[in-house]
Amino acid sequence: MDEALLLHRLQFAFTITFHYLFPQLTMGLAPLIVILKTVYLRTGNPLYNRAARFWAKVFGINFVMGVVTGIPMEFQFGTDWAQFARVTGGVIGQPLVMEGVFSFFLESAFLGLFLYGENRLGRVGHWWAGLAVFAGSWLSGFFIIVTDAWMQHPVAFARNAAGEFQVTSFWGLLLNPWALIQYAHNMCGALTTGVFAMAAVGAYYLLEERFLEDARAFLRVAVVVGAAACVVQIFPTGDLHGKFMAAHQPVTVAAMEGLFKTEAGAPIVILGQPDAENERIDNPLVANDVLSFLIYGTTTASVQGLNAFPKQDWPTNIPLLYYSYHIMAGLGTIFVAVMAGAVFLLWRGALFRTRWMLWILLLCTPLPYIANTAGWMTAETGRQPWLVYGLLRTTQGDSQYVNAGNGLFTLLGFMGLYGILAILFLFLVSRTIAHGPAEEVAPGIASGAPVTMA
Amino acid sequence: MLLTWFLLVAIMLAAYVVLDGFDLGVGVLHLFLARTEEERTILIRTIGPVWDGNEVWLLAGGGTLYFAFPLLYASGFSGFYLPLMMVLWLLILRGIGIELRMHLDTPVWRGLFNGCFGISSLLLTVFYGAALGNVIRGVPLQRHGYFFLPLWTDWKVGPNPGILDWYTVIAGLLAAIALALHGANYAALKTTGELNRRARLAAARLWPALVAVTALSLAATLFIRPDLLDNYQRLPVLYAIPALVAGSLFGAWRLGRNGRERAAFLCSSAYLALMLAGAAAAVYPNLLLSATDPSLNITVFNAHSGEHSLAVGLIWWSFGMALAAGYFVFVYRMFRGKIAGKLDGHGY
Repeated sequence: MDEALLLHRLQFAFTITFHYLFPQLTMGLAPLIVILKTVYLRTGNPLYNRAARFWAKVFGINFVMGVVTGIPMEFQFGTDWAQFARVTGGVIGQPLVMEGVFSFFLESAFLGLFLYGENRLGRVGHWWAGLAVFAGSWLSGFFIIVTDAWMQHPVAFARNAAGEFQVTSFWGLLLNPWALIQYAHNMCGALTTGVFAMAAVGAYYLLEERFLEDARAFLRVAVVVGAAACVVQIFPTGDLHGKFMAAHQPVTVAAMEGLFKTEAGAPIVILGQPDAENERIDNPLVANDVLSFLIYGTTTASVQGLNAFPKQDWPTNIPLLYYSYHIMAGLGTIFVAVMAGAVFLLWRGALFRTRWMLWILLLCTPLPYIANTAGWMTAETGRQPWLVYGLLRTTQGDSQYVNAGNGLFTLLGFMGLYGILAILFLFLVSRTIAHGPAEEVAPGIASGAPVTMA
Repeated sequence: MLLTWFLLVAIMLAAYVVLDGFDLGVGVLHLFLARTEEERTILIRTIGPVWDGNEVWLLAGGGTLYFAFPLLYASGFSGFYLPLMMVLWLLILRGIGIELRMHLDTPVWRGLFNGCFGISSLLLTVFYGAALGNVIRGVPLQRHGYFFLPLWTDWKVGPNPGILDWYTVIAGLLAAIALALHGANYAALKTTGELNRRARLAAARLWPALVAVTALSLAATLFIRPDLLDNYQRLPVLYAIPALVAGSLFGAWRLGRNGRERAAFLCSSAYLALMLAGAAAAVYPNLLLSATDPSLNITVFNAHSGEHSLAVGLIWWSFGMALAAGYFVFVYRMFRGKIAGKLDGHGY
């Protein structure tokens, strides 16, 4: 791989990974805030409105970071991936414009009203503004998934003599089966980040013995929604996604699972390090026949290993893909256990005084971020060596006129800038959490960014 | 169909320039107009609820360009790689500048984010102007439609240009002055009292500079690109555009002096839109001019997407933009009128 291509890949990987740390919380918190507002609207219990306000503050800071790191993403298709952009504009240009037109306008219009317009809008109006922000953020996610799904599983297109892709069916593109499955799976992932964040803050306050009423409200909502999201994350969405991948990207599944040789009654590798040079797994801990069962529903089915495919079509970085997938799947399983335990304790009325569970919830905070990132790395390193699966190789897509020196310059620029953003984000969110969901705060430090308050 | 999409992209970019233009103008001017932190907060609150929505026009316009004219998007964005990345960084800095400044009320925090917001706004206006200058001057397109421009070479307009040369610097200066004046008109419209007086004074002082640089840039354009008059000669009705530019400039001065803030703001909006219309009319059907060989120009004919995509696109695009227009009307109505001096914690 030439150096410029590597830098283009690194830059996209870095900027998208950093960016997605924010939208996953935005998309995870938005429905939770709507739930809090709905409970408030139906019961009139001000505790839930205060909870919604507190989380709206966190949401606001998070949203700003998502917006500013999101802008570069759309432009990088052109700056770093010019050859790819040139041939795919007719297809994936569409969901990208639709994201701007249908969701960003909606989100940007109602976010300010939601964050700072409660008095003016009234109770019901404010609920609607929250719903609009929720709808905008989830629509935005859908269009991005449609874009990625087309690269993973191209549908509804024709290719002209110049190699350019064109859409042949508008609905075919939007309702790509890969997109629908991936969307369901991804949104459960975002919800997982949201519920673990909310549960962690609740657990933190209980352990610190502050804001006890608020903390219990956070935990109640987070644990109930969380148990459902974590289960659906694995079954049916993760299961369906895996089966769909096995049908359409079998070489990727083989690499994810570390299955170097085709086997009947293929085992699933739970632990072990892939040795791509010698095509084996070191010190493997395996469960026999399970992979065959997961993919085909019988323990004897034959699963294609990497040796069934030409090496040039193998994912470029097999160990990274293998680890990403195993980290995602392992954490997903842990999340089910944690949330099931927490919801059981909640049902028994013991969650709020079970300190070890509160500690677990607190310490889990970073894990959904890792799981979501690893999930996306599974999808995208699994797509390699293709940009458009089976049709356009990654080596055929980058900007030929942008050399490695310029690529490194801008990559370093992004790293420096994003480092500062990360510090600012952690500082402001920590401050918000330390301050807590108290009713009135000192003037000037009040609720988020009063520029949008005017 | 191709002309339609050319116009749609042009309209979206013009909407971006007019709408985010006043945000940027206010961003530049707050450094000079505000004497106290409270005044600064009022100025920034004039754009607070709308700047993010205004910036979406850039994303939607850029996306539309990608969708309708992929070759232009691929060639232009990779060719203008360096300045575009800097624009992205500046957009990030502008966004966090305006959104994070109110989180803490300490002199260092405020100073940092105020400066961040003001300086990135100023540099953005210069970059946007220079970008337009590059498109009009032309770039050294290679056979497959790609190019790469360094930030500068010898500052001359020639076969080996850089992003910055004497011509594009004039264009950058023009954009900075025009958007600052536009921002001053907007600030005057949204404020009262002393701030309002200073904003109007700023608009009045910027006006002669804008007239001079507009004339200078027009002359410079005709000097380096006399062929840009071809469309005008073929279709003389287009000469109405420069006439209207002159009219809107005059209106901005006259109406501003008479205290008709809304009308003056509409004049500076019209000025920006008309300048872009004039440029669009001059280059059509070209999208990106070659600095060396006109046969290498990127045009609507060689850069467009498939007919089916474009035809279907027109349907959902119209539907989506109608919705977006509805949100804009709603938000601007919620936010109409002048900003009161009082700083309160909750609500608009």
